[in-house]
Amino acid sequence: MSWTRRLPRPTRRRVIAASAVVVVVAGLVGWGVWPERAGWTSQDQMITVVSGPERNENVTLDARFYLPRERSGRVPAVLLAHGFGGTKDALNDDAESLAGRGYAVLTYTAEGFGRSGGQIHLNSPDHEIRDAQGLLDWLAARPEVQLDSAGDPRVGVAGGSYGGALALMLAGQDQRVDAIVPSITWNDLTNVFLQQSADTSAPGVFKKGWAGVFFGNAGAVPTDLTKGPPTGINLDPACGRFAADVCKAYFDLATSGNPDQNTLDLLRRSSPAATIGQIKAPTLLIQGAVDTLFPLSEADANARSIAAAGTTVRVAWFTGGHDGGVGPQTDQDRVKFLTAQWLDHYLKGEGETPSDSFTYSRVAGFSALDRGLVTNGYSADAYPGLTGTGTTSLQLAGPAQPIANPPNGNPGALSSLPGTGGRLSELLSGVAADIPGQHATFETAPVSTSIDVVGSPTVKIKAASPTGEATLFVKLYDVDESGAETLSAGLVAPVRLTDLPASLEQAPERTIKLPAIVRRIEAGHTVRVVVATTDQAFLSPVQPATYTVQVEPALELPTVVGTPIANPQTVWRYVLAGLLAAIVVGLAVVLLVGRRRALKRHDPTDPAYADTPLVVRGLRKAYGDGFVAVEEISFTVERGQVVGLLGPNGAGKTTTLRVLMGLTMPTAGEAMVFGHRLVPGSPVLSRVGALVEGPGFLPHLTGLENLRAYWKATGRPWADARFDEALEIAGLGDSVHRRTKKYSHGMRQRLAIAQAMLGLPELLVLDEPTDGLDPPQIAEMRRVLKRYATDGRAVLVSSHLLAEVEQTCTHAVVVNKGRIVASGPVDEIVGDSPSVQLEVSDVPTAERVLDELGVRSVAPDGPSGLIVDMNGTPRSEVVASLVRAGVAVDRVVPRRRLEDAFLALVGDNTRGSGDR
Amino acid sequence: MSVETSAGAVGYRPSRTLPIWAEVRRQASRRRTQLGLGFMAVLPLIVLVAFEFDSGGGDDGNGGGAFGSLVDLATSGGLNFALFCLAVSAGFLLVVVVALFCGDTVASEASWGSLRYLLAVPVPRARLLAVKLIVALAYSAAALVVLTGVGLLAGTLRYGWHPLGSTVAAEIAPGPGLLRLLGIAAYLGVTMLIVAGLAFLLGTLTDAPLGAVGGAVMIWILSSILDQITALGNLRYLLPTHFSDAWQGLLSTPAQVDDLVKGAISAVAYATLCWGIAFWRFTRKDVTS
Repeated sequence: MSWTRRLPRPTRRRVIAASAVVVVVAGLVGWGVWPERAGWTSQDQMITVVSGPERNENVTLDARFYLPRERSGRVPAVLLAHGFGGTKDALNDDAESLAGRGYAVLTYTAEGFGRSGGQIHLNSPDHEIRDAQGLLDWLAARPEVQLDSAGDPRVGVAGGSYGGALALMLAGQDQRVDAIVPSITWNDLTNVFLQQSADTSAPGVFKKGWAGVFFGNAGAVPTDLTKGPPTGINLDPACGRFAADVCKAYFDLATSGNPDQNTLDLLRRSSPAATIGQIKAPTLLIQGAVDTLFPLSEADANARSIAAAGTTVRVAWFTGGHDGGVGPQTDQDRVKFLTAQWLDHYLKGEGETPSDSFTYSRVAGFSALDRGLVTNGYSADAYPGLTGTGTTSLQLAGPAQPIANPPNGNPGALSSLPGTGGRLSELLSGVAADIPGQHATFETAPVSTSIDVVGSPTVKIKAASPTGEATLFVKLYDVDESGAETLSAGLVAPVRLTDLPASLEQAPERTIKLPAIVRRIEAGHTVRVVVATTDQAFLSPVQPATYTVQVEPALELPTVVGTPIANPQTVWRYVLAGLLAAIVVGLAVVLLVGRRRALKRHDPTDPAYADTPLVVRGLRKAYGDGFVAVEEISFTVERGQVVGLLGPNGAGKTTTLRVLMGLTMPTAGEAMVFGHRLVPGSPVLSRVGALVEGPGFLPHLTGLENLRAYWKATGRPWADARFDEALEIAGLGDSVHRRTKKYSHGMRQRLAIAQAMLGLPELLVLDEPTDGLDPPQIAEMRRVLKRYATDGRAVLVSSHLLAEVEQTCTHAVVVNKGRIVASGPVDEIVGDSPSVQLEVSDVPTAERVLDELGVRSVAPDGPSGLIVDMNGTPRSEVVASLVRAGVAVDRVVPRRRLEDAFLALVGDNTRGSGDR
Repeated sequence: MSVETSAGAVGYRPSRTLPIWAEVRRQASRRRTQLGLGFMAVLPLIVLVAFEFDSGGGDDGNGGGAFGSLVDLATSGGLNFALFCLAVSAGFLLVVVVALFCGDTVASEASWGSLRYLLAVPVPRARLLAVKLIVALAYSAAALVVLTGVGLLAGTLRYGWHPLGSTVAAEIAPGPGLLRLLGIAAYLGVTMLIVAGLAFLLGTLTDAPLGAVGGAVMIWILSSILDQITALGNLRYLLPTHFSDAWQGLLSTPAQVDDLVKGAISAVAYATLCWGIAFWRFTRKDVTS
């Protein structure tokens, strides 16, 4: 058999089904990977603007201008500014998305970065901000950009960090700006780099970690020197592309941590705080809660100043920032939505006025699939600031403790890792490590109910110092039942206190604003306030000293009760519920319809045949590939009959029996058992016992267990099975307790016949029952079958052996090539035939003698045989004549009708009608 | 129904054929069932013994991540040990066992030739499939229960009753931890419905038990490989294995169930589709075995 025969034949249905599958799969894959046609076009451009305090410096900016592909008339513009150390390329995604929404978008690399000229002036109003004003002029001159008036484009400004501050300062300096979306940016650089969390006017603690990252980023010489910065750029190895005054200020700041007035002035000038009161453009402030560089308090200061000037401002917090990155997908989606809503309304005039609700998110856990954090979004009616809408007070306990400041602040406690862009999940719990002897601990009792902290907790501390000054770092830990402490987002409150007494009694009470956080403190957790002398992110005093600190008991935790923003993921739960419900309903419908159909159709009963074991009428079976196994077969099996279905291999016997067992659906015609039309699973099949195409047993069970398992499957009463009678027929003796896989072919065959007879069915259908049996068993089987049919039951036996049928059956049906060629009672067919088979010593002589006798025909049969149609001549006379003629007669065998019929109709082509 | 009793032999009722318990015993007597379930019981013990060989210092730098942490934590208590046993089995062993139980049940009857005798009883085809499916699913569930139960028992006896630890979140107290563990086992059971569906469908389409079992496992592995290819983008959500690791969300505090829900949708949809096709096809086809 070649391998092609094993493959299913390619019928039309199969080809169509396979093609459909291929098309669907290809379509899905294609749809998935097909590149979307961009909805925008872009163009790189070097734009020269005039800037500098005297407006006499030409600066070339590396810009890219995006336009929506489909636009009608002029469209509003958005100016996008990048973060510190970046270039316009960092803005591609945002720009493309905005251009796709129908905005003209201008991205550019700020002065002092990338391929743009100039120097870094740290968002100086005379330089970077003036550059941006030049870009507004450029936009106003573009024919595609919508204008409010001549020279005044309809424009929004958005950006993060350095770019966010630019947006604020540009809007404060240039009233042509119509809306801004600054994110994760600062209000006042002096507060950022000299952070002071206590209510004192003393300068704060230098944030050396971030300052170094900041300065290092920008000092970097562009790696691709072939494209390098435009000529004329002075690359000082110490200052990189920083302007001289900025560089000097950094050195001043980083060296002592106690800057002079020039430095403070420069930092202040480079801060939105200076011009924020003049902002008229509606402002959407987005700030990250995982940001030790520009903490939430910076956005709070911006929001309060803008609101004080009567300008529309909205605040949103997300779980991310300079430490935490862009945040989880839900937060990114929320921020994107808010930004688009803001710009659409204030630039395009589309959509409702955005509400002034405040949205924020809290970490809810961790996602297994993308290893990221999962946050839940919340919204409150109005921005509550950092003090929350409510307050929960807890009592801290702990004695006054002495803590040591090591020389140069080394070793230092670790709270955050500035600039590493570490994994959000690690940063959220902080990398806290306090050093023994350098920190004091104050702790609350376990909280009774969970507290949703949103804002800046406050504590009051007293400190005493022999030097009169103390630099302290106050941290708030959430401590779970097992004692594991978590420093929310790695945020610490640096405090520099001056004019301190040497002993605690005279020490003034100072209120410390701890960093604003969003955190739920679960019931059973405690809150721990730690006062440490060092932190690696900040500059500590060089001189060693030992302070005494006492935290007052009252700890105020601001709370906000936010309304959960519906998590779009929640919809999947309804989908799941809907799916399950649909499946249940579908199943119920299928069952009901099935039952109803079964009731309606059950078995069309023909009362005329109610007492006839089997009626086959016009049965035809053609397979899908065109092969016809059974052309047309009709016969009847009456009670008391043993009917033989006789035919060569491949005549269609087995196919007929398969239809009778409900295994195969007939193409046409029908079979009726006791008047019930047979379909697969017809209940009337329970009155039929069958052996079709050999035995089928569970190989690991014994013969007896197999019979029992079979009877169990019928679900019928145990007593009806008649095991003893069946076992007697099987005649297996003790072998019935052996596993069937060790049985010989004959043993299996006998067991299968016994199984078919279990329950003594009224119709027994046996396919080649004597296959594999030895002669005594065959003889026994014949007796059994004859006896079986005596009391009103019937047997249908198929065989390709003539003798078998002749000796066993009362009736015979001869089949060839799928058609019946003869049928009737065996006696009738088997009666003496007019022909005889002779074996003689001399064939030619015998033929001559026989011709003279006047027989009808003589045909040779082998080398010494003859088949003679006697035409009424007695056999004795033939033999006598032959002997007289000197021909020795070895054998005289009378032939019978069935054999004649079988051979005449079948014998000329014993290969059958097909290779079945 | 009177019609049926009059048509059939005395005592024959279609709804009583192939009782569930008969099918349970049919399968229980098979060596592969005994081996499959037995191995589920032995695996935790093998793992336990293997951990005993740990000299303590050997960090051979396993890749880290959530799974690495499970290895490190496996000996920290019974809950973690059971979790570890589940985690190491989820990717392949459970898949093979479930595919074996579900793919082999019809195909092996076909290959023995006993299927045609069951159909000639006659056991209605839909009923035959339903009983076989229910019993195969019950055995699959039993495998999962045995694995979890033995892991929990052996781990608790050896390492004690301690909170469920993970590196992604704080420790979870033993009580809720047990619930989480059971949740993880249940979710694994749900994802295994896909394997059960594929294997069962293949089992009704072929007479070769190995083909059905191997086919289902191969589809599972192929899907896992494709899932690694991020270039496929959102198409990966359609892969049957895409959400198979979502149970890790239950280690987070509070538990993250969004991905579990999506995984359950995927599993239920795939399983329903496969079983639907299996029933549709099997109730119409010519049984040629």
